[in-house]
Amino acid sequence: MIIQTTLLRKDFTVRKKAGRFRRTSTTVSAVDGVSLSVAEGEMLGYIGPNGAGKSTTLKMLTGVLTPSGGTVSVCGLTPVPQRTTLARRIGVVFGQRSQLWWDLPLAESFTLLRHVYRVSETEHAARLRHCRSLLDLDSFMDTPVRQLSLGQRMRGELTAALLHGPKVLFLDEPTIGLDVLSKQAVRGFLAEVAAKGDITVVLTTHDLADIEKLCRRLVVIDHGRVVHDGTLDELHAAYQSKRRVVADLDAPWPDGLTLPGASVETVEAEGFRVTLTLEGATAGEVVARLAQAVPLRDLSVREPEIEDVVARLYAGR
Amino acid sequence: MASPYRKLLVAQVRSQTQYRVSFGLDLFFSTVLTGLDLATVWVLFTVNDSLGGFAGRDVLLMVGIAAFAFPAADLAVGSVERLRVYVRTGLFDAVLLRPLSTLWQLVAMDFAPRRVGRVVQGTAIYVVALAFAPVQWSVPVAVLVVLAPLAGAVFFGALFVAGATVAFWWIDSGEIANAFTYGGRDMTSYPMTVFGGLFRRVFAYGMGFAFVAYLPALAMLGHSDPLGTPDWLRWCSPLTSLVVAALAAWFWRTGVRHYRSTGS
Repeated sequence: MIIQTTLLRKDFTVRKKAGRFRRTSTTVSAVDGVSLSVAEGEMLGYIGPNGAGKSTTLKMLTGVLTPSGGTVSVCGLTPVPQRTTLARRIGVVFGQRSQLWWDLPLAESFTLLRHVYRVSETEHAARLRHCRSLLDLDSFMDTPVRQLSLGQRMRGELTAALLHGPKVLFLDEPTIGLDVLSKQAVRGFLAEVAAKGDITVVLTTHDLADIEKLCRRLVVIDHGRVVHDGTLDELHAAYQSKRRVVADLDAPWPDGLTLPGASVETVEAEGFRVTLTLEGATAGEVVARLAQAVPLRDLSVREPEIEDVVARLYAGR
Repeated sequence: MASPYRKLLVAQVRSQTQYRVSFGLDLFFSTVLTGLDLATVWVLFTVNDSLGGFAGRDVLLMVGIAAFAFPAADLAVGSVERLRVYVRTGLFDAVLLRPLSTLWQLVAMDFAPRRVGRVVQGTAIYVVALAFAPVQWSVPVAVLVVLAPLAGAVFFGALFVAGATVAFWWIDSGEIANAFTYGGRDMTSYPMTVFGGLFRRVFAYGMGFAFVAYLPALAMLGHSDPLGTPDWLRWCSPLTSLVVAALAAWFWRTGVRHYRSTGS
């Protein structure tokens, strides 16, 4: 296991005003007993609502924060006492925070990182060449980082995180605030990284499309605890996600009509569009019954969406 | 070993010079403002009465050591005071993610070359003081003449680091730290005999400010401490500086472990 945590915990003391001079302090557990094990080459999606403890976990895995309890091991090292050794073996992209030098051109930031990580010139050049072509960096290599667009900067950050050849890549919301094209570029690049299988990736995100496109395994955290750990399909099974049939009709949906094996979810467009949720029956059976009951114009079967599952998961807290 | 830090430092100087006008103004004002230090020296030359039992030229030697030690420390590690910006904005995360020492990274990343001017000026004052003060030259004294200002710089450097470290717990800590660093600089320029009993005991000997300039100057002048401390203590400033530096380093490491980062 390249990443292993047992009952990892981080407490913060929060002080609140209580009267003119008095303050009361309460202890809040941002991460409350997280046990995870990630195998080498795995790509793990780590999701949860705001304030669930995602970033705090990542910061403990990377040696930024000292855990309040439990154990952590990354690449066989304990992050806090062995921070500098670990730093050479991991790459980190924090979407909201730059690793690059604000006032220097991107190319110079990369050169500086070569010295900081003491990477040999040939290795550095090879990795940089690879990233330059995959991420299309050439047009802005000589632009100071402060003048880059968010999409350009994020591509720079990804490159910066990979130049020293890390074993594990931690990505904290790498697609936050990006437009559709930049998101695609970032996802395409990460898929490429994952496909090679020599880098383990841990990714936090609010954009569930990232997870669907990239991660086979999904860990959902809420209130500092793991509420789901498994594949996307297992998540759907656990929360009973259902497929839907959406039908456009030639005549309005008769009030009170029901079909066995399906329930009516919504009736829209003045009765000309109906959405049915499958309850045990197959899509074929429901479509056949539907065709007998009403004149059909058009029809589609929708797979359950991860957004719905996660929304239910968050709402039920 | 020094190479990555040197590269960081060069990068910092390069990014500073990107804003040319601002850099020029900084350099200009920091040079002009230190003209005040020179006024102190001139006053001491014209003093005929004794200052806390010492002649003006004796005191000039203490001023000289402090005039070198403080700006040298400020040049070397003074930029750690920017730690509170890093802590407040969460930028310290990036510092912790690099495979380098956090303290030396901060020192290199915020190095302010404009502070060189004050060190040059301080060195000049020290050399003038050595020429005019009645120094009792011998081999141990010559060694002390070289080591004392460096030890003083280490002492102040440790103070800068310790003062900045408070920001890990309490972000708006700048003024407290300044009280000790700038206050300490002013205090070390005078013979300890001018200060009152309790204050002297706590700051001069308890916190070690007497070791920066007063005690080594006594050794160079061949005086015993009129306050009655043993003569060997006058030679101890390199040692006390190392102790203070070790304490500051320990405090820094404790601070880093208490870093809380910021949301997301």
